[in-house]
Amino acid sequence: MSKYYLNYLDELESEAIYILREVWAQFENPVILFSGGKDSILVTHLAKKAFYPAKIPFALMHVDTGHNFPETIKFRDDLINELGVKLIVGSVQESIDKGRVAEEKGKNATRNALQITTLLDAIEANKVDCAIGGGRRDEEKARAKERFFSHRDDFGQWDPKNQRPELWNLLNGKHFEGEHFRAFPISNWTEMDVWNYIKKENISIPSLYFAHEREVIWRSNSWIPVSKFLTMEKGEKLETKKIRFRTLGDITITGGIESDADTLEKIAMEVSAMRKTERGDRSDDKRSETAMEDRKKQGYF
Amino acid sequence: MEINNNQLLRFTTAGSVDDGKSTLIGRLLYDSKSIFEDQLESVGNTSAKKGYDGIDLALFTDGLKDEREQGITIDVAYRYFTTPKRKFIIADTPGHIQYTRNMVTGASTANAAVILIDARHGVIEQTKRHSFIASLLNIPHLIVCINKMDLIDFSEDVYNKIVGQFEEFSSKLLMKDVRFIPISALNGDNVVNRSKNMEWYQNGTLLSTLENLHISSDINKIDARFPVQTVLRPQNEKFRDYRGYAGRIASGIYRVGDEVAVLPSGFTSKIKSINAGKQEVDEAYAPMSIAMTLEDDIDVSRGDMIVKKNNQPEQEQEFDVMLCWLNNEAIKPRTKYTIMHTTNEERAMIKEVVYKMDINSFERDSENSTLEMNDIARVKIRTTRSLMLDSYRDNRITGSIILIDENTNETVAAGMIV
Repeated sequence: MSKYYLNYLDELESEAIYILREVWAQFENPVILFSGGKDSILVTHLAKKAFYPAKIPFALMHVDTGHNFPETIKFRDDLINELGVKLIVGSVQESIDKGRVAEEKGKNATRNALQITTLLDAIEANKVDCAIGGGRRDEEKARAKERFFSHRDDFGQWDPKNQRPELWNLLNGKHFEGEHFRAFPISNWTEMDVWNYIKKENISIPSLYFAHEREVIWRSNSWIPVSKFLTMEKGEKLETKKIRFRTLGDITITGGIESDADTLEKIAMEVSAMRKTERGDRSDDKRSETAMEDRKKQGYF
Repeated sequence: MEINNNQLLRFTTAGSVDDGKSTLIGRLLYDSKSIFEDQLESVGNTSAKKGYDGIDLALFTDGLKDEREQGITIDVAYRYFTTPKRKFIIADTPGHIQYTRNMVTGASTANAAVILIDARHGVIEQTKRHSFIASLLNIPHLIVCINKMDLIDFSEDVYNKIVGQFEEFSSKLLMKDVRFIPISALNGDNVVNRSKNMEWYQNGTLLSTLENLHISSDINKIDARFPVQTVLRPQNEKFRDYRGYAGRIASGIYRVGDEVAVLPSGFTSKIKSINAGKQEVDEAYAPMSIAMTLEDDIDVSRGDMIVKKNNQPEQEQEFDVMLCWLNNEAIKPRTKYTIMHTTNEERAMIKEVVYKMDINSFERDSENSTLEMNDIARVKIRTTRSLMLDSYRDNRITGSIILIDENTNETVAAGMIV
């Protein structure tokens, strides 16, 4: 039956590999934006396949907010070692120290928006002309309009109303000095596709995605992990719960869900029965209706 | 859930606010249980704010700030849903004439087009425009949904009359597979669930039609075309002499041992190995991304095409294309553009506008040679060097081109080789 046509996961894989190879062919100095989350791990895995038996010809760039899960950093460093590629770190702490940005104030203060400046600075300092991201169109309504090759002007800004039309598989990455592109090879994948593929390929991911016991507090309808960056409010109570994370962002804003899923099979099962979107547990997106759109226009991931 | 052999089907929906396109997509997502609770809650809140009794399904496809404020779709938006039979990608495109470029964009990769007709109005200009674009872009399957049947008392007569109207004008277009479905997107009749109001309609609902379209033959499996994207040269011990030609197979099937020709040079060799990722395979087919090595050491680089020795594309420097102009700035006669064709890039000039197409009346105008945004015309193109061409009707990948303005770097036109 399956002779001479691809199933949907193989087709998505083939499309992503095509895009990664186009990036390599059309740009001088591309990097993979690596957050330690499952989507950027997936992109890195696909890059491995795209260039086999050569090694990945891109550096990995991590925008480090300083508010990390320690597990994420360890995972990142192990992966860099295994792949033998270069790691570029853009530090939000450094941006703060240099006075490029100021820390947010208040109970729900995060460094989420501050990353934009650090990211754009790192892109400029390293003369990056294409930053490959793990953004998916199913994540958020502003992302539903993204191109595979997304143009950024010399301020790093996205102009959603003035995007280049993208037809067939012809990708136009032409740009002037100082401008750059974002490339999104897994645009057409959904959360479920990502998990099914991770399971199929048995890709290793940080332990945070698997159910584990952790000290948490209940805030904004999700379990926020306790860390040195968390200020507890009156009435909030420390609890130990068996949780896992559906997405990984900063430790300060990533909410966990109660779960027993401690294998890839169980996670895939659990995700297929989910009734909430994965970004529903991310307080960065809850700030307003257009939170993602506004940040993206400024140069966010 | 097991990984299965389900296929991916891409379809495009064209329409305006009034004909219920957003409601239809909302209905498909909602009835196929692809809407999450937090999305439902957010849409419920907005519906209540706007004074709706129930939920406004159209809000599920809401996009950017400007689009929400103006109640329009500006750009192509992609939506996803999965059923136990298939994964679907919807390219949701605006239907107004000024957005022809977006319709063309969404149509370029689609297996199927869903065209909406308001049952109260029948076939209108917009219907013809959408159908023309679907046919021009060679979308293999066309599904015509006659919507708002609830507003005409689910009348079979009205439905038949509209089918007749459609068949009459579309006889001038090249269409392989056209189906008609009477629906009510608002109430869900024949979208996912079979309508109890239209017992006279015996065929499948929209979803079951989408689930069962035969799409395995949509890609050309006869003419083997492999445009080389890049050359893999690992700098390690184990693969010291490895030269892998990496790319995505545009059409056809390749097997180890096949006699191939490398174009444009014309040198011939045999396929030594094929890799799909780490795995070595004996054969590969479109649309797989692979890397192949050849028996002989010949010079191959990006932009070259590896084909079967006995089945080769035309090599031409001058050819006709149906061109859709995509840019605010009108065409500049005798200007040089960069042309992208598969992985190849050359410079090109538009020698002549043969005729302009009126996409509402399908009439040809050979007097007028200006081309502005959203115009479609047949033109003669000349390139600095030969391209390896197939006609778009035979091959959507090796038969398509884009033009890039060298002053702005913008993609200004898309073309289909005649």
